Amino acid sequence: MSVKDKVIQIIAEQGLLDLADVSLSATLEELGIDSLGVVESIFAIEEEFDIEVPFNANAPPKSEFDISSVATIISAVETLVAEQT
Amino acid sequence: MNRVVITGAGTINALGGSVPETLQAMREGQLGIGPLQMRDLDRLSVKIGGQIKDFDPEAHFDRQKLALYDRVTQLTLLASREAMAQSGLEITEELSETTGVVLGTAAGGMNTWDDNFRSVYEEGKNRVHPFVVPKLMTNAAASHVSMAHNIKGPSLTVSTACASSNHAIGLAFQMVRSGMARAMLAGGADAMLTFGGIKAWEGLRVMSKTACRPFSANRSGMVQGEGAGVFLLETYEGAKARGAEILSELIGFSMTSDAGDIVMPNQHGAVRAIHGALRDARLDPQDIGYINAHGTGTAANDKTECAAVTEAFGAHAPALMMSSTKSMHGHLIGGTGAVELLACLMALRDGVIAPTIGYEQPDPNCALDVVPNVARQAKVTATLSNAFAFGGMNAVLALKAI
Repeated sequence: MSVKDKVIQIIAEQGLLDLADVSLSATLEELGIDSLGVVESIFAIEEEFDIEVPFNANAPPKSEFDISSVATIISAVETLVAEQT
Repeated sequence: MNRVVITGAGTINALGGSVPETLQAMREGQLGIGPLQMRDLDRLSVKIGGQIKDFDPEAHFDRQKLALYDRVTQLTLLASREAMAQSGLEITEELSETTGVVLGTAAGGMNTWDDNFRSVYEEGKNRVHPFVVPKLMTNAAASHVSMAHNIKGPSLTVSTACASSNHAIGLAFQMVRSGMARAMLAGGADAMLTFGGIKAWEGLRVMSKTACRPFSANRSGMVQGEGAGVFLLETYEGAKARGAEILSELIGFSMTSDAGDIVMPNQHGAVRAIHGALRDARLDPQDIGYINAHGTGTAANDKTECAAVTEAFGAHAPALMMSSTKSMHGHLIGGTGAVELLACLMALRDGVIAPTIGYEQPDPNCALDVVPNVARQAKVTATLSNAFAFGGMNAVLALKAI
């Protein structure tokens, strides 16, 4: 499974959504994921890919990890996974 | 109903090993937060904290006692000793049964949990010390305080996360006010700066790796501290009769529950707690000159707390001072309200307002007078101390100069 598919699966699970409902342009908020859900999703991503995600819940926009949409999350995870290998 | 006064105070925290040292540090805006010293630090992503350095338990307690005292109990006992000594109250057999102790702690004997889990899980040992249970139980500190000072009245531990101390002091206040007890030791402590304790907090992604900057636009989260604060509360008449020095009068307490979110604070719950404390104290908003903020330095707390204070105080909000001393000593979790109450005593007695240090950039969401970076001289006759805990449990205390 690709990074993209795995991230979508994690987000879908967090938002209790069907995979098809997780559009790349959606924000986590639009998918019904609150701040605690964001932190939990990031934890799931770290566990899935065995990576450290630089994310501070106090200032999401300033974090190095861009969570502004599903697409930016996928691309940030791809970068982190690439950096690690 | 009895009037309730504070005649003794004690503390140990990252700013100092006593009340005078702590107040001196607050007055000077000293930073008690620094690099943590602990094993496996390389496996932590948060490496700073308000840790009590150079603390030698054996200098204060004999070895037999130490086998029963978790760090949190040690810190609580030291703070209690100082409070009792300052009050000069002698607990006679007669007074003993009407004197109690209420302490707040979120984690209790965290160091004992941590050390012994490590020993059985990581080191594979199959046996732990026989005193592990009495050492780690959350009421251990309150029990040892009762034994140390022969306190035989109403005694218990309350645990409401970051509001534990305020709830403890508030309950003790109500007990003295109602006549249930003649004197109470009250406050709280936590010593969660353990590998497991910090790991748990790291998980929430709200911890700063650099500094605690409450109300500053460039804040990056909270910083954990450790320590204890304990106060001796008694009736005004009792204190007068024995000629004790009165530090301040406790005049109001309110507790509310948000019934909302397990971690996100709620403006309405905070406003209700502030209004409740004012009502209980029979004060008008304009009577309050200083608020010791909960001020954790997280985006969620700071915005909500400032909005709540603005709403609760209306036209008076811009005129009052509100600072967060967590910027100096870190967040003592269950012990935090007790140490922060010292800033209220300093405001009322010495006319010195403790600053919010580490303040760098104004935040439009926190447009109150947060006493940035430098302490201030001001005459204040009444103060509030806020505590808004995880779990949505809020506790606000009101104090008056005497």
